[in-house]
Amino acid sequence: MTETPASLFPERSYLWQDGTLRSWLLTTDHKRIALLYLVTITVFFATGSIGAALIRLQLIEPGGMILSDETYSRMFTMHGIVMVWLFLVPSIPVTFGNFLVPLMLGARDLAFPRLNLLSWYLFVASGLLVLYGLFRGGLETGWTFYTPLSTDYTQGRVLPVVAGVFLSGFSSIATGVNIIVSIHQLRAPGMTWYRMPLMLWALYATSVIFVLATPVLSITLLLLAFEHIFRVGVFDPALGGDPLLFQHLFWFYSHPAVYIMILPGMGVVSEIVSTFCHKPIFGYRFVAWSSISIAAIGFLVWGHHMFVAGTSLYAAIVFSMLSFLVSVPSAIKVFNWLGTMHGGSIRLDAPMLYAMGFIGLFTVGGLTGLFLASLASDVHLTQTYFVVAHFHYIMVGGMVSAYFGGLHYWWPKITGRMYPEMWGRIAAALIFFGFNLTFFPQFILGYEGMPRRYATYPEQFQVLNVLSSAGASILAVAYVLPLVYFTWSLFKGARAPGNPWAATGLEWQTSSPPPTENFARTPEVTSGPYDYATLDRLNRTAAEEAPHV
Amino acid sequence: MSDAADPHGPYETLRHQEETTIAGMWLFLASESLLFGGLFLVSLIYAHTRANGWAAGVRHTDLVIGGVNTVILITSSAIYTLAVEAARQDHKRRAVQAAMTAAALGLVFLLLKAFEWSKEFKEHLFPGTHFAITGADAGGAQLFYSFYFLATFLHAVHMIVGTGLIAWICLRAGKVNPGKSWNTSVEIVGLYWSFVDLVWMILFPVLYLVGRT
Repeated sequence: MTETPASLFPERSYLWQDGTLRSWLLTTDHKRIALLYLVTITVFFATGSIGAALIRLQLIEPGGMILSDETYSRMFTMHGIVMVWLFLVPSIPVTFGNFLVPLMLGARDLAFPRLNLLSWYLFVASGLLVLYGLFRGGLETGWTFYTPLSTDYTQGRVLPVVAGVFLSGFSSIATGVNIIVSIHQLRAPGMTWYRMPLMLWALYATSVIFVLATPVLSITLLLLAFEHIFRVGVFDPALGGDPLLFQHLFWFYSHPAVYIMILPGMGVVSEIVSTFCHKPIFGYRFVAWSSISIAAIGFLVWGHHMFVAGTSLYAAIVFSMLSFLVSVPSAIKVFNWLGTMHGGSIRLDAPMLYAMGFIGLFTVGGLTGLFLASLASDVHLTQTYFVVAHFHYIMVGGMVSAYFGGLHYWWPKITGRMYPEMWGRIAAALIFFGFNLTFFPQFILGYEGMPRRYATYPEQFQVLNVLSSAGASILAVAYVLPLVYFTWSLFKGARAPGNPWAATGLEWQTSSPPPTENFARTPEVTSGPYDYATLDRLNRTAAEEAPHV
Repeated sequence: MSDAADPHGPYETLRHQEETTIAGMWLFLASESLLFGGLFLVSLIYAHTRANGWAAGVRHTDLVIGGVNTVILITSSAIYTLAVEAARQDHKRRAVQAAMTAAALGLVFLLLKAFEWSKEFKEHLFPGTHFAITGADAGGAQLFYSFYFLATFLHAVHMIVGTGLIAWICLRAGKVNPGKSWNTSVEIVGLYWSFVDLVWMILFPVLYLVGRT
C-alpha cells in the first residue's frame, strides 16, 4: 500500500478538514456524527429541563404556584418523555459511544458509517415529531402512555408523540447494531476481548438491550397507535382489550431501558476512576462481566413495576427476587471502583469529581431500589415521591453525572482544547450539592406519603418541597456553567496535548483532536487496557531522549 | 472482483467488509424477531384468554387465499436461494432472473392479500360498529381481527420493502462498483426475504388454522 497523503498532515483534524455545512450534514465520520448528536441532545436536555423547572416552581406553594392541574400533568409528561427518550437513552452511546468506539478499538470508523448517519436523521425526525406533539398541546399520560389513560381518557396529542418515540427506537437499534458489530469485527490486531477498555464492555451490553428490547417497545407503540386510529381494542378494556398486557409489554422494554440509562455511565466511570487513580481497574473481568449480567438480568425484572397492578402474588415474589439479583453485579462495580481508588494517588480533577459523585449517588439510588423491590415496602412507597427520588438518583445523580464527567474527560480529545479546570470543579461540586438538595427531601416526602404526579399537596409537605425547589434552582445554574465555559474554551482554551490525563487507551495515542482517519497507521495492541507501568516507562524514555524540550 | 476495500472505510479487505455486513443483517433480524415476537405474544395471550371469540374469528378467514399465498411465498423463497447460489458462482444473469421471479411471486402474494383485505372489508370484518360477527363471541372476534389486520399489514410492509430491495439488487447488477460486492448484497437481501417468509410461516397457522375445527 502506498503512503496516503492523509498521513502527511495528521495535524489537520476531523474538525476542520472540510468546513462546509454540507460536509457536516452528509458526514459519515463517526466523530462528526457524535458532535451532531451532542448538539442535538443538548437542545433536548434544555427542553426537558424547562419542564422540570416549571414542575419545581409549581410545587413551591401547596396550592400550586403557576400551572393548572392539567397543564401540570402535561409538564411532567413532557419532562419525562423528552428526558428519557430524547436525552437519557441516546446520551452516552450516541455521543461518546460514537466518538470513542472506533478510537478505542483502533479502527477507522464504525462498521456501518452510513447507517450511523441515518440514525442521526431518524433521531432528529423523531425529536421533531415529539416536540410537535408537545407544543401543539402536549399530553397528560406520563411518559409511560398507560392505557386506557392514553386511549379513552386523553385529550392530548398522543399520536405524534408516540410516533416520534417509535421512530427514535429505530435510531437506537441502528446505533446498537453498529456498536455490537464494530466490537466484534473491527478490533485492531492484538485487541482481544479482555484487552478492551471497560467502556466498550458497557457499551456492548447497552447495545444488546438496544437491539433486543427496543423492538418490543416499537410493536407496543404500534399497537397503541393502531388502537388509537381505528378504535379497535387491543389494550383498551372498553373494547375487550387488556390494559395490563400493555404494561407488561411496555416494561419489557422500559425496564431494560433503565439499564440503557445507567450502563454507559458505569463504563465512563470505570475509565475515569482508573485514569485519575493511575491504577488498573480492580477486578477487571468482574467489572466487564457485571455489565453483561446487568443487561441479561435486566430482561427478567420488568414485573416489579406492576406489584400493585393486580398481577399474581407468585409472579410478584419471583420478580421481587430477580430484582434483588441486579444488586449483585451493581455492587461488584461499586466495590471494584472503591478497590481501585484504595491506595491510589487520586487526582481530584473535574472528571474524577463527577465519577465520585456518581459512585455515591448511584449507591444511594441503588440501595433505595431495594426498598422498592421488596413487596411489602413497595406497597407503601409506590406512586410516591420516594420512587421519584430513587430513579432520579440513578438517572440524574448517576447517568447525568457520568455524562458530564465523560464530557470533561474527553473534551480535550474531542475539541483539542482544555476547559478551565477550576470552573469545572466548581460546577461539579455545585451539581452534587444542588442535586442532593433537590432530591433527598423527596425521599422523605415519599416516605411520609406524598403521592407523585399531583399539582397540589397538603401544607405539611411545604418545607421539604421548598427545599427541593431551591435545590433545583442551584442545579439549573450548575448545568448552565459548563455550557458557558465549554463554549469559552472552544475559542480561548489552552491547546490540548494528545494525552492530557496520562491515560491509557488507544484514543489517547492519537492527536487531539484526532485526524479524520483516527490513526496514522493501524495501532497494534500488546497489553491489557490499563497498563500504566508500560505507559510510564515509555513516558520516561521519551523524556530522557528529549531533554531539551 | 477486486480485493481492495474503500480506503476511507473501516475495512482492510473486501472480504472483511462482506462478513461484517452479513453479521449486521443477522443482528438486525434478531431485532426484527423481537418486534414480531411482541406481536405473537399478544396473539398467544388472547387466543388463550378469549378462546371462543378468537376461534370464531379464525373461522372467518379465507383458508384458500391464505393457503395459496403460503405456497407462493415458500416457492418465492426457494427460488431466491437459487439467486444466491448463482451469484456465488458469478452467474449474474441467472441470479437476476431468479431474483426477479422471486420478487414477482412476492407481488402476486401482495395482490392476493389486497384482494383478501377488500373482501373482508366488504364483509364487515374490520373491527368497529358494524362488525359482522355478533353475539357472545363478538368481543374476542374483534380482538382477533384487530390482530389479523395489524399483523398482515406489518408483514405486507416487510414484503414491500423486500420486493424493493430485490428490485434494487437487479438494477445494480449491471453496474461495476469497485469496493462493493454485489454477491454480498444478494445474500443479505436473501436473509431478509427468508425472514419475511418465516414470519408468514408463523402467521399462517395463527391466523388461518389454529382453532378452525
